[in-house]
Amino acid sequence: MSDVANGPVLAADGTPLKKRLGQALFRSKLRAFGLVVPLLLLILMAFLAPTLVFLKRGVYNDEFAKVMVNSQPLLAAWDAKSEPSDEMFNALHADLVQSRKDKSIGRVATRVNRELSGTRSMFTSTARKAEKMEPPFKDALIDANKKWANIEVWEAMKISNKSWTPAYLANAVDLKYNADGSFERKSEERRIHIKLFVRTMEISVIVTLLGVLLGYPVAFLMSSLQARTANLLLILVLLPFWTSLLVRTTAWIALLQGEGVMNDLFVLFGLAEDQNRFSLIYNKTGSLIAMTHILLPFMILPLYSVMKTIPPTYVRAAKSMGASNWTAFWRVYFPQTIPGIGAGGILVFILAISFYITPALVGGESGTMISNFIDFHMRDSLNWSLAAAMGAVLLVIVLFLYWLYDRIVGIDNMKLG
Amino acid sequence: MAASESDKDFVVFDRVQKSYDGEQLVVKDLNLNIGKGEFLTMLGPSGSGKTTCLMMLAGFETATHGDILLGGKPINNIPPHKRGIGMVFQNYALFPHMTVGENLSFPLEVRNMSKSVREQKVKDALDMVQMGDFAGRRPAQLSGGQQQRIALARALVFEPQLVLMDEPLGALDKQLREHMQYEIKHLHERLGVTVVYVTHDQSEALTMSDRVAVFEDGRIQQLSSPDDLYERPENAFVAQFIGENNKLFGKVEAITKGVATVKLPMGGVVKAKAVNCEKGQDTTLSIRPERVKLGASKSSNATDAKVLELIYLGDHIRCRMNVHGNEDFVVKVPNAAGHKHLSVGETTTVSWLAEDCRALDA
Repeated sequence: MSDVANGPVLAADGTPLKKRLGQALFRSKLRAFGLVVPLLLLILMAFLAPTLVFLKRGVYNDEFAKVMVNSQPLLAAWDAKSEPSDEMFNALHADLVQSRKDKSIGRVATRVNRELSGTRSMFTSTARKAEKMEPPFKDALIDANKKWANIEVWEAMKISNKSWTPAYLANAVDLKYNADGSFERKSEERRIHIKLFVRTMEISVIVTLLGVLLGYPVAFLMSSLQARTANLLLILVLLPFWTSLLVRTTAWIALLQGEGVMNDLFVLFGLAEDQNRFSLIYNKTGSLIAMTHILLPFMILPLYSVMKTIPPTYVRAAKSMGASNWTAFWRVYFPQTIPGIGAGGILVFILAISFYITPALVGGESGTMISNFIDFHMRDSLNWSLAAAMGAVLLVIVLFLYWLYDRIVGIDNMKLG
Repeated sequence: MAASESDKDFVVFDRVQKSYDGEQLVVKDLNLNIGKGEFLTMLGPSGSGKTTCLMMLAGFETATHGDILLGGKPINNIPPHKRGIGMVFQNYALFPHMTVGENLSFPLEVRNMSKSVREQKVKDALDMVQMGDFAGRRPAQLSGGQQQRIALARALVFEPQLVLMDEPLGALDKQLREHMQYEIKHLHERLGVTVVYVTHDQSEALTMSDRVAVFEDGRIQQLSSPDDLYERPENAFVAQFIGENNKLFGKVEAITKGVATVKLPMGGVVKAKAVNCEKGQDTTLSIRPERVKLGASKSSNATDAKVLELIYLGDHIRCRMNVHGNEDFVVKVPNAAGHKHLSVGETTTVSWLAEDCRALDA
């Protein structure tokens, strides 16, 4: 054992064994890494990088500062309380002239209009007249539009002037970011985002719970049947997967609408009056029914794969020890299915929280979810920064819930198959 | 006495039949009485109906016909959890989400025992199987033998009068299995509990049981003590299934005073104890390898034998010979001082006593 006492263990050729081992493993590690490189690059370039770039928009917007180069330093130095100086009016004039020339005034106007509505036309019309203005520009500008004397306009410009800004994130959680750097809650009637986040959570939780309630017995039935019958049922569960999401959602419209199949049946069986049919669609109920149906397979499959691995002897053993059917199920069978409930639950919940097509088609107003709003800002209002900020908040919520789940149930405890 | 009568009939199978598909009977007309405190083993090849019988007794299968009585009361309509029968399963069925202590505590909890009573009983049961230090472990952290002990303790902790064991040692290696056989036997002796044990391993059955019921084709072929089973098999199946056996086929010429004279196809004549045969009928002769002697003897059953194969097994030498045309005739030659040395190809003489040769059904 003298070589141990003298230092590291040596390989046959005299190099330290640890180093040799590292060299021996390096090549195979490199080869294994080579296999995942294509996927890694794809994820990096097509998913991770765009996501990060887009998330950056939530806190960074230089549409104003990039164009209004003369006003930029002055607005940054301004204390947002005192009267705007002549120098600031001069700079504004110069910027308006320049931006009119290179046709960037529209973007600036839109940006400031988001902070203070009604300012858009002010910018565009003043810019049109700016070239012919004579100094002093302060009077000339106020002459063109007397709102230039309002300090709120300048505050909105100061907020827009900041490229790195928490304004969008604040907006996403119904806060208003002021020019002096403070936050305040928006007025009652303008607080819509928090309400939407809460409703999104609520719908996702209900869909997940309904999924467990409806999926558990189905999975249990499948796991207790013979292989042939179970496979037949499995195909029935998977069948919706082979149909387009859009088709399935539209099918629900045919079933649930006022003159639809469900309501006809209700009327037929006297459960509803003909003039007073249930409104099952274009509201929250519609979103809930359609989403539960679409997401149910994601609940059943993990549950089934977990239940299939639980031998029937456990329940038999419990019964032989004197446990009633219910006790044997609740104390012995059910705890062993928790990994399946966890996996199915988190899968359904995360899919539900970002559900978009279904609530858009059958949700109406009360069934609208946060992703519909993100889509609105992406395509209609073109306020990408707000969309990014809302996406970021959604991401944070999901990550938080994931962390919570890990703390309570444990991610290792999750089984998909 | 009435008490002793009911002790003798603690468990009764009364003309029990079982069919799964309505076409074939898995258990055909089973009649079996098990005494209190008895260790009874159901032994048989797979598919012989033994496990079905155990499951009917436990309540997981219903009898298609007939009655099962426990302590004098019919239990056909009593659900498993009200029968109060302990059970050890083939793969132990220890609940993986509970610790060893919680596993043992489970049957006591469902009986609404107080916490202090539960803790004492769990401790006693664990000490009984020498696993006292393992209460906090999870089943997955235990070896196969340890899990087996916990399963045993769990089946015994609520003090049932009857314990069923369904091939409990099947998953253990040979050495551990033999060790556990003795442990279960000693536990049975100490506790006086009635045990019904199912196995397909005959050495397990012979080692542990008071009585063994040999199952084949849904019927009990023989029900007797291990030594009777081995030494006095009643039919050709039992003789073949239990232990090693040499078979000779022949026709009964005559039976006088319980001794049958059997003529073999090759022309030889053998005297055998008439057990299960009739004059003029075909019969199977059964001779245990260790009852065959080498060398000439005065017995009438001496014949020439050609040595075909020798296998050295330490304590004895297994010698395969051609006797009366049967090339699989095995003789065990003890490796004692001065035993006869054989060599392959040599012809020698073997003999056996008429009472060691049993004439059974064809």
